[in-house]
Amino acid sequence: MGCATNVEHVTVIATESLSKRYPRVTALDRLTVDITPGVTGLVGANGAGKSTLIKILLGLSPASEGRARVLGLDVATEGNAIRERVGYMPEHDCLPPDVSATEFVVHMARMSGLPPSAARERTADTLRHVGLYEERYRPMGGYSTGMKQRVKLAQALVHDPQLVLLDEPTNGLDPVGRDEMLALIRRVHTDFGISVLVTSHLLGELERTCDQVVVIDGGKLLRASSTSDFTQATASLAVEVTDREDALLELLSEAGLAVRAEGVLLLVDMDPERGDRTYDTVRDAVAELGVGMVRMEQRRHRIAEIFRTGPADGTGTADPHRQEGVNHDAA
Amino acid sequence: MTPPDVNVIHNIGYRHYDGPRLGRAYARRSLFTQSLRGAYGLGRSAKSKVLPMILLAVMCLPAGIIVAVAVVSKADDLPVDYTRYAIYLQAVIGLYTAAQAPQSVSLDLRFKTTPLYFSRPIETTDYVAAKFAAMASALFLLTAAPVVILYAGALLAKLDFVDQTAGLAQGLISVALLSLLFAGIGLVLAALTPRRGFGVAAVIAVLTISYGAVSAVQGIAYDQDNTEIIGWLGLFSPITLLDGVQTAFLGATSSFPGAHGPDGGAGAVYLLVALGLIAGCYGLLVRRYRKAGL
Repeated sequence: MGCATNVEHVTVIATESLSKRYPRVTALDRLTVDITPGVTGLVGANGAGKSTLIKILLGLSPASEGRARVLGLDVATEGNAIRERVGYMPEHDCLPPDVSATEFVVHMARMSGLPPSAARERTADTLRHVGLYEERYRPMGGYSTGMKQRVKLAQALVHDPQLVLLDEPTNGLDPVGRDEMLALIRRVHTDFGISVLVTSHLLGELERTCDQVVVIDGGKLLRASSTSDFTQATASLAVEVTDREDALLELLSEAGLAVRAEGVLLLVDMDPERGDRTYDTVRDAVAELGVGMVRMEQRRHRIAEIFRTGPADGTGTADPHRQEGVNHDAA
Repeated sequence: MTPPDVNVIHNIGYRHYDGPRLGRAYARRSLFTQSLRGAYGLGRSAKSKVLPMILLAVMCLPAGIIVAVAVVSKADDLPVDYTRYAIYLQAVIGLYTAAQAPQSVSLDLRFKTTPLYFSRPIETTDYVAAKFAAMASALFLLTAAPVVILYAGALLAKLDFVDQTAGLAQGLISVALLSLLFAGIGLVLAALTPRRGFGVAAVIAVLTISYGAVSAVQGIAYDQDNTEIIGWLGLFSPITLLDGVQTAFLGATSSFPGAHGPDGGAGAVYLLVALGLIAGCYGLLVRRYRKAGL
């Protein structure tokens, strides 16, 4: 049981034609996906079905049809056993302000079934690992958002789960706090050996952290693949020049780069073979035309980018109708 | 546990937990203990301890005075029945319920802590049962403590042991029923809203308005010599409901106008209504939290 998550090519989460229908909306639509150990990003716009999926995986909400297994346990019948081995960090605030982090996390450890002494010991350890020190004895009402997020992560880790489900852990954090949280999430897997499923609506921040990314939209699987596939397929360079965009586009295309215009911008796909020399090619072309360069920047990869390039491999099923909708949203 | 990758040695001090996981019943017990402690502000800020402790002192103080007087004056009986004490101090009990029932459930709703509970190996019924039992136990501590003080005093004053012990037993059964009743009503009202203030106001309103209305109508009925209806009116407020039960079964004198409490047959109705109310409150709470999910 304990080693199952850590063996290569074993799935921690497996869903099979999983659907959840409410009277008015379909939150999940025949979702079939296998998630292997490591850090997995679950990406989708708000309302794409991420939270519904988490609820079903924790065995708290029955699926309308289909099956799902978490750590080899059936969500429909073994919810209790799943929740004993899985940690959950909700998206929203969930900390009572008049209790100290230590009191709170000890209580949550006991709610997971840890005996009192083990609960105290693991609380001290876990709070230290997430980076909370002296302040853990103070009431949580006075904590910064970053500290609160750390306590929320600590309560999900305190019972040493084999898998943690993190719902939008970077929400509300400033860029520095965001980077720290992402680094911490990375460590949860590399240092603690715990598999992670982390949701976000920003693909860009997940690709640095995750081993694989699953994209869902409207309850359907759009794409599931390893992060490196994504980066290759979606990395692009936005170039803005003062004049003669058409000529530049032609020039770059002749140089063998995939270029397309988007308003005043030219989007140049990063050529994996060329690597950083893609920049040089663009620079040289601009210099040749003798126009001024306003900017050249790496594109933040947003969900829209994937939809534009379409699925790269057969694992995902993309619905063209859906793609348009999301493109529109993101624009 | 096998390390994540056998080829890499990690030495960052993270230790896996291989000890026992005690499961659902233990988690439920832990929640009970934590909620019971919380009902007296233990494990919470100093500010949260003030009110429950003051109310506990207010509950015990009159009992202490009565006992002191009884011992010094060598009285041959206590001036207050064990079963009657809680009725006299119902306002204090009501205040405690109003303050602590929202503390127990509204805060979890307001700060959205409930999803954290339900993401652990417990079910809705475990959460409700633990909260209900904790609130009832907290109320039992509050109401049984003065009854026990009275009993200790009665023994010190060398009153009849058998008499007093029987009275104590009746008193304890009575306050146990009262605790369950108040806990149920308090928690159902408090769980309706995540706003603690509304919860407090709702509990006070339901307890005092129902008692006030029942007493007023009973008074009018008494003036009009309609004694039969007095006995039945008591069904409509928690404290008079309890009064009816203990008048019929626990040898208490009724505090209804003219002491026109219910007799055996009507008493059975009182008992059924009381038990039904407790069960109903539990059912409502389970229903309330079934939707609370994540």
